[in-house]
Amino acid sequence: MPTIQSTGTEEVHPDVALVERAREGDTAAFEQLVRQYERQIFRVAQHITQNREDAEDITQDTFLKAYEKLDQFQGNSKFSTWLVRIAVNESLMRLRKRKTSKTVSMDEDVQTEEGSIPRDFAEWRPNPEQIFDQNELNDILRRTIQGLPPGFRTVFTLRDIENLSTEETAEALGLSVPAVKSRLLRARLQLRERLSRYFRQRKEGTPA
Amino acid sequence: MNCTDFLSQLTDYFDGQISPELLEEVRAHLAGCSHCEVVLNTTRQTIEVYRDHEIYDMSEELRDKLHSAIMTRCMQKKRA
Repeated sequence: MPTIQSTGTEEVHPDVALVERAREGDTAAFEQLVRQYERQIFRVAQHITQNREDAEDITQDTFLKAYEKLDQFQGNSKFSTWLVRIAVNESLMRLRKRKTSKTVSMDEDVQTEEGSIPRDFAEWRPNPEQIFDQNELNDILRRTIQGLPPGFRTVFTLRDIENLSTEETAEALGLSVPAVKSRLLRARLQLRERLSRYFRQRKEGTPA
Repeated sequence: MNCTDFLSQLTDYFDGQISPELLEEVRAHLAGCSHCEVVLNTTRQTIEVYRDHEIYDMSEELRDKLHSAIMTRCMQKKRA
């Protein structure tokens, strides 16, 4: 059984000990890892697939795969990044199955500048929270992110919603750092443009 | 620096990974370009509004259901 390598000078992440114990058959240790990350994995899966049932299945499949492959976890990345990588792959596979006519990969939609060139130059005033109630706002946010190409949606989710670093996002997606940055920029600009339709400051006298 | 150059620096700007020289150029551009200033502000708000609103949070009920399902399935599998 391979042992997890620590880099020496860095502090060892508490997950490393849990993974070691889980490898030795300690179910409680694995259950603790599940508790720690089930919400995050579910959120990631739902953001990518935009489907609740798929997200439920993917969350289960991700942890099952992780459990089966615990020995393959090398410890040179965070356990959470490793889990997210499994969840992203499972999610993209689901999308591919659902969309038979169109391929879904992290490489699509990068050639086009469409939607990434800013056209709306109105400030958002007052704040979105002051215009819409919680339910309306969540609905707008869901609909807007749904409209992004899956590759962009995925990068935005990991980097901006789940707060992974650019390097961790690159690792989880199997992309280079520049590729992550380029997709992230386009994702942010496209979301900004679409949200501006709802949140832009109205000129006086213009109906909302 | 023109607007296209500004946009290409936006990600590094947000990440605080921009060189002091480029940062000066970005600031100089922003001081004279109201459009890019709006893009900067509203892009920041875009990120914040998604961070502040958990649009796909799971209920405790769903969490318990999923958690049990995960553990049951894992325990049925003997690790290789």
